[in-house]
Amino acid sequence: MQWEVVIGLEIHTQLMTNSKIFSGASIAYGAEPNTQACAVDLGLPGVLPVVNKEAIRMAAKFGLAIGANVSKHSVFARKNYFYPDLPKGYQISQMELPIVEEGKLEIELKDGSKKIVGVTRAHLEEDAGKSLHEDYHGMTGIDLNRAGTPLLEIVSEPDMRSPEEAVAYMKKIHSLVQYIDICDGNMAEGSFRCDANVSLRPKGQEEFGTRTELKNINSFKFVEKAINVEIERQMDILEDGGEIVQETRLYDADKNETRSMRSKEEANDYRYFPDPDLLPVVLDDAYLEDVKATLPELPDVKRDRFIKQYELSSVDAGILTVSREMADYFEKVAELSGAAKTAANWMMGEVSKALNANEIEIQGCPVSADMLAGMIKRIEDKTISGKIAKEVFEAMWNGEGDADAVIDKKGLKQITDTGTIEALVDEVIANNPSQVEEFKAGKEQLIGFFVGQIMKASKGKANPGQVNQMLKEKLTK
Amino acid sequence: MYHNKTLAELSSMLEAGDVSSVELTQYFLDRIKSKDADINSFVTVTEEQALAQAKAADETRAVGNAGPLTGVPFAHKDIFCTEGVRSSCGSKMLDNFNSPYDATVVTKLKQAGAVMLGKTNMDEFAMGSSNETSFYGAVKNPWDLNKVPGGSSGGSAAAVAARLTPAATGTDTGGSIRQPASLCNLTGLKPTYGRVSRFGMIAFASSLDQAGPMARTAEDCALLLNAIAGFDEKDSTSIEQEVPDYTADLNKSVKGLKIGLPKEFFGDGLDPEVAKSVDAAIEEYKSMGAEIVDISLPNSGLSVPVYYVVAPAECSSNLSRMDGVRFGHRCEEPKDLEDLYKRSRGEGFGDEVKRRILIGAYALSAGYYDAYYIKAQKLRRLISDDFKKAFEQCDVIMGPTSPNVAFNMGEKSDDPVSMYLSDIYTIAVNLAGLPGMSVPAGFANDMPVGLQIIGNYFEESRLLNVAHAYQQNTDWHEQCPAEFE
Repeated sequence: MQWEVVIGLEIHTQLMTNSKIFSGASIAYGAEPNTQACAVDLGLPGVLPVVNKEAIRMAAKFGLAIGANVSKHSVFARKNYFYPDLPKGYQISQMELPIVEEGKLEIELKDGSKKIVGVTRAHLEEDAGKSLHEDYHGMTGIDLNRAGTPLLEIVSEPDMRSPEEAVAYMKKIHSLVQYIDICDGNMAEGSFRCDANVSLRPKGQEEFGTRTELKNINSFKFVEKAINVEIERQMDILEDGGEIVQETRLYDADKNETRSMRSKEEANDYRYFPDPDLLPVVLDDAYLEDVKATLPELPDVKRDRFIKQYELSSVDAGILTVSREMADYFEKVAELSGAAKTAANWMMGEVSKALNANEIEIQGCPVSADMLAGMIKRIEDKTISGKIAKEVFEAMWNGEGDADAVIDKKGLKQITDTGTIEALVDEVIANNPSQVEEFKAGKEQLIGFFVGQIMKASKGKANPGQVNQMLKEKLTK
Repeated sequence: MYHNKTLAELSSMLEAGDVSSVELTQYFLDRIKSKDADINSFVTVTEEQALAQAKAADETRAVGNAGPLTGVPFAHKDIFCTEGVRSSCGSKMLDNFNSPYDATVVTKLKQAGAVMLGKTNMDEFAMGSSNETSFYGAVKNPWDLNKVPGGSSGGSAAAVAARLTPAATGTDTGGSIRQPASLCNLTGLKPTYGRVSRFGMIAFASSLDQAGPMARTAEDCALLLNAIAGFDEKDSTSIEQEVPDYTADLNKSVKGLKIGLPKEFFGDGLDPEVAKSVDAAIEEYKSMGAEIVDISLPNSGLSVPVYYVVAPAECSSNLSRMDGVRFGHRCEEPKDLEDLYKRSRGEGFGDEVKRRILIGAYALSAGYYDAYYIKAQKLRRLISDDFKKAFEQCDVIMGPTSPNVAFNMGEKSDDPVSMYLSDIYTIAVNLAGLPGMSVPAGFANDMPVGLQIIGNYFEESRLLNVAHAYQQNTDWHEQCPAEFE
């Protein structure tokens, strides 16, 4: 039988507020256990939550960025369950009345096709602490630094039909939340996490099959892998005439398999009810207008502009707008150098290569936009060749100063003096008589050999255009 | 001696230099030592800290920075978190809990210079109307040691009634200030919901809990309310509204005051002897020039069932933090996580608390939520609307605080519903979030009777004025139990 996969994602984004969602404690990552947990985070008797207005603003910003309905009346609710790293015995979340409802996102697939994915809702909630099982033999350590960290849980419609679509959607959200400055997107530190709901149905059938929820998928690669192995597992069961059990499954990246955590029957009854310690969140039009005014140019709009303004291909524009920092860097280089196309090529070539090799983001690039633009100017005015520029770039990367300083220090200035080039050309022609004969007999591809020899002799500094021209003149004479 | 003086009188004596705060504090500490064994009203006496505070208060006064409460002794209900002092909430669960922080009410009274003598006994987690559910044992009514003082602020009530402290704080979720005030011949005020910060007050039912003063006179209540009322940025449900001087209107005339008498508060279930005292009090108001308006609160009969859905639902969640993990009682040698939870909570909580957690968890569970919790919320709205309509016709509402005078110890312990009914007139006020008072209004079978006065939102000044006017014309509030004169 032909099966169709149906996927929905729940993405948890950690909001970049200064303090926790219901207390004044810091949310900075990596502090000593329990040093960033105040009385409210510890859930001591008598303490009360006070909502962080910044978290509300960020949630509203997200809603507006995806054209969703930002609710003017949303309500915090308690999700009740016992766990040692959940200090109050309930998590403050939003249930019936979330802050964001009914948005949508357009994703683009590798074949260039586009698709709209619905966002059912996005709601604010607090994160739990962490249980540490490894360092305490026979006991469990509890670190409540993370407890109360603000999260925006973004729930999609079951609109995705392949792991590729799921990854494209996740990447899109990942890019967007960083664009609008509400999440740092750091997946290694858990700032951006994902659960996937996966089910299969016979192709053509309208009704959804029974789904499983995959937990703990913390990279784009794992999302794809986890969904793929889950599809295989479900397909095997269905092909054998079995039934899928609705359950929560944990993805184990080491074994590349999913395994059952708890079934529907074992699921908690969370006894949600509105939190009486918190008033409903009431927003008005003026507030939403204010928030809207703070939205930056969004990725899709920016990409379209890049295509038009800089005459870039759709793919190139997509890469350059993947993050706001990347786009800003590119635009600065393009502006300062006056050579957008060369700037784009460098960004996608040497710059990306070096960033990837060193595993750093554009924000941490040791070659600033100013420096790169300065170097591109020297390419454009023919002070250096593209090839020499690679050497200059490497030197700048290693902190040896800006392009002019490097060119000067290393004597990389291109040789454009006709007399000097002529001397080099004459020398090479004189030293290689047999090759000259062959060239004249029609083996024209030998031009490359001569250019190579001249460049070698000039230590790469001779202007390749001039060399080419002069060689051709002399050899065809 | 000092114990017969009101808080206002002691304040004047301190101001006049007739007595020092250290002397006063020592006097009350000694009195607690000699008298409290009989009534069990204190769970913790903070002698050392009290004397240090008293000394500091005397120094403040010496440099001319004293306010009306500087150096005046009082007691806190043990529901308030007090830094470095056990804050047990009357429960074994928190017997070992020394709070690392002060409740806002505690901070405010500290700032006002008042001297905390100790922490008073209470029904466990404020769940009870007789003070029999405390882990520290029952509190006895100073008017008759075989009878209950009411609850849940029974320790505060008994301590003030026995003149062990001039005043005390209480909290009121369904009548926990007013009912014990009534049963012990005190003046007690539950302010408008949101008037006093709940931060640091160990939560029972968050949408109903409110702190307030318990003392012998309306004037004393006004002095205390001046200190504790106000917006608190740590409590989102506290209300940003200016705090008036609650003593300013005390002496206003009540001539022309429209008193609403809800027929539902004078029907079946009200002890005829209690009714007589309440009727006499209303006659007194008439003689002062007040007008009587007959009103109806048609949905008030639903108060008790609505309350016993809403309050347990909230408490079942509020008490989840008592899990034996970070503070409070933890069972010996738990064999796994579930065992830790089950035994810590099983051992730490008493029967009434367990009963309410179970009722609440049930009311919130899937499949029952709409039928119980949502339904109760809808009815709560109707009960509030009744009051809204009533206040279009009258300025204050009056009636009995409790249908009966203090009952015998153990009399209702095995019959929770009959116990719950002793709050039948007070609960609606919490559901609506209104301010309410209980004022001494005579005796029935030698036990005190309380008159309840209910006001519109934020009309605490008017309530205190109305109560004060009555106390200028009567001396019920001055009556003291014989053994504690």
